Amino acid sequence: MALDPGLAGRTFAPTPPYTVSREKIAEFTAAVGAEPLDGGSIAPPTFPIVVAFQALTRLMTEPGVGIELHNVVHAEQRFDVVRPVRAGDELFAELTVDSVRSTAGTDLIATRTSVRTTSGEPVATAFATLAHRAAAA
Amino acid sequence: MTWQSGEALDARSYRITRADLIRYAGASGDFNPIHWSDRIATSVGLPGVVAHGMYTLALAARALTEWVGDPACIVSFGARFSRPVAVPDDDCGAALEVAGLVTDVRDGQASIDLTVTCQGAKVLGMARAVVRC
Repeated sequence: MALDPGLAGRTFAPTPPYTVSREKIAEFTAAVGAEPLDGGSIAPPTFPIVVAFQALTRLMTEPGVGIELHNVVHAEQRFDVVRPVRAGDELFAELTVDSVRSTAGTDLIATRTSVRTTSGEPVATAFATLAHRAAAA
Repeated sequence: MTWQSGEALDARSYRITRADLIRYAGASGDFNPIHWSDRIATSVGLPGVVAHGMYTLALAARALTEWVGDPACIVSFGARFSRPVAVPDDDCGAALEVAGLVTDVRDGQASIDLTVTCQGAKVLGMARAVVRC
């Protein structure tokens, strides 16, 4: 299956609201082996991926997009940080495909996921590049 | 912080075991089987179970947070996942080294190049951060 030729520039529906608990921050902090920040109320810097990953999963599984999950590799990840995630934040993620570049049997899909609070405050932008290997002919 | 361009930051060493990958999978929601199943990992050409790129980046961010002290100082960071980190099924796992070099300081911000290696080989490419200082 080929990638949707109209994929570049497409914005996907926002993810459902995600309320960040102190328990989830503690779980993620322990998973990355870090010391609790500000008494456990502030999440480690990569925490926005928890919400952004839901948007990426939607991109990779939505019918018609043409991505085959087992042919995808996470090639690059960057974050622009507005502020750290805090306990009590109600977050959602909205993903846009910035570009699709094809080179030697691989499609490089550059995505931009805005992570904001449900009251509209920006928290971070997660830029993920996925390398999608085209199926063998 | 009173960093200067050219300053090397204290390198950090972190150990990654299979148990760490399972814990990270649960915490992050990334259950891709190449991070817990040797059978699946080898079937797609990997040497065996490999760490999540995002787990490696999280450890780099952990070093960054330790260097800056206040996570609110982090403006941006990221990397290319240029080489997979193989994590053997033993008690030792894989050792990750994270080094930092301040490359520029201006207008209240510092640029940092991160060098992240496993067994001497770089596993992250273009690993960079900008922090307020």
